[in-house]
Amino acid sequence: MASVVADNIVDFELPLVAPEATKRRRIRWGRGLLLWLAAAYFIIPLYAALKFSLQNINGKFSLSPITAIPSQPGLGAAFFLSMRLAAVTLAIVLFLMVPTMVYVHMKMPRFRRFMEVVTILPIVIPPIVLILGVLEASPLWLKSSPYLLSLMYVVLSMPFVYRSLDSGLGALDVKTLVEAARSLGSSWLSTIWRVLVPNLRSALLSATVLTLALVLGEFTMASLDLWETLPVWIVDFDQTNAHISTAVAMISLLGTWVLLTLIVSIDRSSSRRRRKNRIS
Amino acid sequence: MILENPVASSQSELHATDQGVPVVLDALVRQFGSTRALDGLSIDIAPGEFIALLGPSGCGKTTALRCLAGFEQPDSGAILVGGQNMAGVAAQRRDMGMVFQSYSLFPNRNARDNVAFGLQLRRQRANARRSRANELLELVGLSEHALKYPHQLSGGQQQRVALARALAIEPQVLLLDEPLSALDAKVRSELRDQIRALQQRLAITTVFVTHDQEEALSMADRVCVMSRGRAEQIATPSTLYAQPATAFVAEFVGVSSRVPVTRTKDGVELFGKSVKIRGDAASVPSTEIDALLRPEDVVARTSNQGLGVVNHRSFLGATTRLGVGIAGSTVKVDVKSSEAEDFELGTRVDLSLNAHDVLVTERRASE
Repeated sequence: MASVVADNIVDFELPLVAPEATKRRRIRWGRGLLLWLAAAYFIIPLYAALKFSLQNINGKFSLSPITAIPSQPGLGAAFFLSMRLAAVTLAIVLFLMVPTMVYVHMKMPRFRRFMEVVTILPIVIPPIVLILGVLEASPLWLKSSPYLLSLMYVVLSMPFVYRSLDSGLGALDVKTLVEAARSLGSSWLSTIWRVLVPNLRSALLSATVLTLALVLGEFTMASLDLWETLPVWIVDFDQTNAHISTAVAMISLLGTWVLLTLIVSIDRSSSRRRRKNRIS
Repeated sequence: MILENPVASSQSELHATDQGVPVVLDALVRQFGSTRALDGLSIDIAPGEFIALLGPSGCGKTTALRCLAGFEQPDSGAILVGGQNMAGVAAQRRDMGMVFQSYSLFPNRNARDNVAFGLQLRRQRANARRSRANELLELVGLSEHALKYPHQLSGGQQQRVALARALAIEPQVLLLDEPLSALDAKVRSELRDQIRALQQRLAITTVFVTHDQEEALSMADRVCVMSRGRAEQIATPSTLYAQPATAFVAEFVGVSSRVPVTRTKDGVELFGKSVKIRGDAASVPSTEIDALLRPEDVVARTSNQGLGVVNHRSFLGATTRLGVGIAGSTVKVDVKSSEAEDFELGTRVDLSLNAHDVLVTERRASE
């Protein structure tokens, strides 16, 4: 009797369960395929570049293009110029944006939408238009300084910095925290430094990473302003030795990736510590 | 939860600060666009007094507190703290501790560092800061939570740390902006007692904003009932309840019933008898007036010929509140719960007044 009942149940359930399982399997396959396609889209060019940089004319692989990098003329100067520009850009953009965003969040929350649109403009306007306009309008002393590029990069990085800070501030009750600090005797500057900045660490890290990535990869403006930053050096050197130039590009990509991973992991480990504290 | 005990048993060296200062709000006006949040608000607060600003949403009580704290600037009027005019004094220089409605602890600092924040700004040494913070945490009964971060504390604990933080700087005035409204009923009632005990012990001038009349009446030395940016009445809780100056106060504080009455030579006719008018009878219009009655001031007796009918009953514990329909109005009457079984729904009753006089007001347009 029991087996009859069991058989009946099996007969009854099979037609219902089977199509569901097939559907789930199909979705899983679909997802896998998409993932592989996306991975191929990113990995194949990287692989091709790596292969090109390490393979000599005879088809043999050698690390000599990489070992030759440090001795290439102009690379060090280009790298340090890029780093200097990145540091100045970061300092200016954070100095401008943090107090502005705090003020907007506290006093003019309705202005946030307008700011969002304004900060998108650098993405919409092509860099070539920006740099030509700025070069035309800048005084000579500024035009002759590489830091004009930093001013331009500040504009370019604004959409990323705005979004990072906006989400960070959105997670805090800024008005109450600021008022609590002020009622305890804290000045505006001290409130930003002692109360808001420590609570905006993730947002500031993400703004920093995005700004660094942008400055270390920007070519058009630096090239038109005739400064040899790292990307400009890579393109210029490509005409002399394409293998070494590609190897430098790969290493700078790897460097940016390591930097990103490092910053993200620092943030993750601190969140894990916070979670651990919460549990204990 | 330990709340009263820490105050009583604390071995800390904290004592009455003798720093209670007088506070004067003089004819404050604050306009936001077309809304007048404060419309000539004037209050004199004695040194060490605990005053509650009570009123419905939008009456201007929080704006008044924010003006006092320095977060808002009044359009006109003056604020004097300890005789010093606060015009142009920034919030961080006013020396006022404030506890906010929403949790305002700094998320990146533990309880002790939160309490020590104000002392750090005053450049106190690390040891002194730590010991003072520990002392205050002990005072609010949270010594064992000193190293916990805000997200590890309950709402009530966070507000107690915020209170300790506000007191750590030994402020001239303590400002409390609905600090209990986000808490559940039990914690709210316990924290209420603790705040009052602390305030009395430290003798610090305190301004407490609330929309909860129970909180205001149970905690404050005096209550300022506010409406439309003005003080309707400033009085002790008992005076406010027993002798409300205006219809608004009578209806906002406690429970009142409106009953249409007619003028007589000596007062008004209520439940078939003549009753004196409370206050200035001459200012009361001769027609279209209502009496405002407290449920405990009305007596109900069952009577087959009674003019009222019990149409509602609510059990409130020791008392039961009846809703008695009479002459088109509903009068609330409190009876002892032990006697409430005499007043089944539909029972006919006679009502009488158990008071010497009655507050009357103009009849509402809708009624």
